[in-house]
Amino acid sequence: MGAAHVADPAVEAVDLVKSYPAGRNKPRITALRGLSFSASKGTVFGLLGPNGAGKSTTVKILSTLSAADSGSARVAGIEAAARPDQVRRVIGHVSQKSGTDPMGTATENLLLAGRLHGMSRRDAMARARELLNRFGLADAANRLVRTYSGGMARKLDVALGLMHRPQVLFLDEPTTGLDPHARSEMWAEIARMARGEQMTVLLTTHYLEEADHLADRLAIVDHGTVVAVGTPNELKSGLRGDAVHIELRQADSRAFAVLRTVPGLRDVTMDGSTLRGRTDDGARALPPVLAALEEAGMAVTSATLARPSLDDVYLRHTGHSFDADAAPKALEVPK
Amino acid sequence: MTTAHDHFTKPRPLTVLTHAAFLTGRLMRVLRRMPAFLVIGLVQPVIWLLLFGQLFSSVVDLPGFTHAGGGFLEFLTPGVVMMTALFASAWAGTTYLQDIDRGVMDRMLTSPASRGAMMIATMTYQAIQTLIQSVIIVIIAVAAGARFLGGVAGVGITLLAAVLLTLTFSALSNAVALLTRQQATLIAISQFTTLPLMFLSSAVMDLGLAPGWVGGVADYNPVEWAVVAARDSMGTHTDWTTVWVHLGRLAMAALVMGLLSTRAFRTYRKQA
Repeated sequence: MGAAHVADPAVEAVDLVKSYPAGRNKPRITALRGLSFSASKGTVFGLLGPNGAGKSTTVKILSTLSAADSGSARVAGIEAAARPDQVRRVIGHVSQKSGTDPMGTATENLLLAGRLHGMSRRDAMARARELLNRFGLADAANRLVRTYSGGMARKLDVALGLMHRPQVLFLDEPTTGLDPHARSEMWAEIARMARGEQMTVLLTTHYLEEADHLADRLAIVDHGTVVAVGTPNELKSGLRGDAVHIELRQADSRAFAVLRTVPGLRDVTMDGSTLRGRTDDGARALPPVLAALEEAGMAVTSATLARPSLDDVYLRHTGHSFDADAAPKALEVPK
Repeated sequence: MTTAHDHFTKPRPLTVLTHAAFLTGRLMRVLRRMPAFLVIGLVQPVIWLLLFGQLFSSVVDLPGFTHAGGGFLEFLTPGVVMMTALFASAWAGTTYLQDIDRGVMDRMLTSPASRGAMMIATMTYQAIQTLIQSVIIVIIAVAAGARFLGGVAGVGITLLAAVLLTLTFSALSNAVALLTRQQATLIAISQFTTLPLMFLSSAVMDLGLAPGWVGGVADYNPVEWAVVAARDSMGTHTDWTTVWVHLGRLAMAALVMGLLSTRAFRTYRKQA
């Protein structure tokens, strides 16, 4: 992944390796095996991957919560392992878990965060008001956070990360656990603040749609390494042509061989009763595909043509479908 | 991008104290909103004070009971003050455990707040609670008839000793919380340490009447140092050398434990 470097990176990870003890007499769990990427200043960079791919571990190392076994993590030009105190001054960190104090009000939470970053009381108060207004929390500003809904608390989390106008904001799974409505609100807010504030956002997510929607560039993370980097469009056009997606009434192992014989159809894969392939011209390729399957006596329940999605990109680079990997979470993924 | 590295040197002592003050303020707000915990923490010591004070009032008449400052209530009060401080501070780590659980800890650790400031804040918060509870216990003892001949100075020394004891054990409790991250472990360790520490001191009984080895062990027990300093200053004929030596030991213990506990953040980071 050496080609992934960009000029003037705000966040840079080079060959990060990290393993955890798994317990007595068990081999260590390797979370990161040489993960590298770099994010340009002023952009939203996405780390996309299923749970356990190593996204959060990467964010923990970059935000100084954890130390890598080897490799280098630089934030705003500062080496995180050498000068964690300096890194902490220039970052905002919104972790997967909420970081709000439930026994304080929103205003108190924000003021404390601002004051710890050396803001004067007056500046901190003005900034807190601004953020509370922006996130639609002004009416609840003086309520204890424990009375907040999940969506409100998550917005306050992001506001806390923004309080001191960080150069780099880490958003670790910002919409996990939010209902679809709260999620789209959060997306709008992240998109707006990425434009409004002069900062770099490092976003981790296991929602393909979220990465597609928010990230200027993204890295697909699988088993502790980056398997592909680019803008969402670059990654999708790298696949060339349209995706053909066939659902059979019932799984049939012969279907794979049948489709392989259709001219113009590439990259055929089969997963149960689902068949996928690519073609330069979907409209022309579909009739022979259907004809071939009918000839072999296999009933087709649906056939779709689509521009490549990130799901296809993911499949191409990791060799397994994103949904299948995140199976327990599949119900949560908005389609 | 290498922005003005020279501006960022080690956190200055003033910054650490300012941060500690902000973080203590946060904890004090919680206490103000839920003062019930402060009151609940007083139930047990008040029962000890009033019930045991009555029940065992005649032990002072035992031959060899050397306390000269009055009756058993006067003898018991400094002991109960220290027990209360000890039991409450053994639980201090709970604040960290809740913060870890809620993600507040990680947010603080990625902020410029130093680990020292975070440690000082929780220790100070615990010390303020001890001050309030100790004053209430002394007032209840006086209301129940105790007369402390050491006067205001004696009460002041007692409060100081209680605060130093609190700092020592709240730092220890914080370290256990950071190292184990388990409420159950924290409870178990608290219970296994506090009761022996209490009974291996003269908190409730003159050690002149206890087996010799108890007195030997008690010499190394911070609870005993606090009880001795408090009891001696509250009675007549105060031996100020004894008082200051014991306070000095307590202050050293608090300092060492505070520094060691701050180091526990490193282990916490390694496990992150």
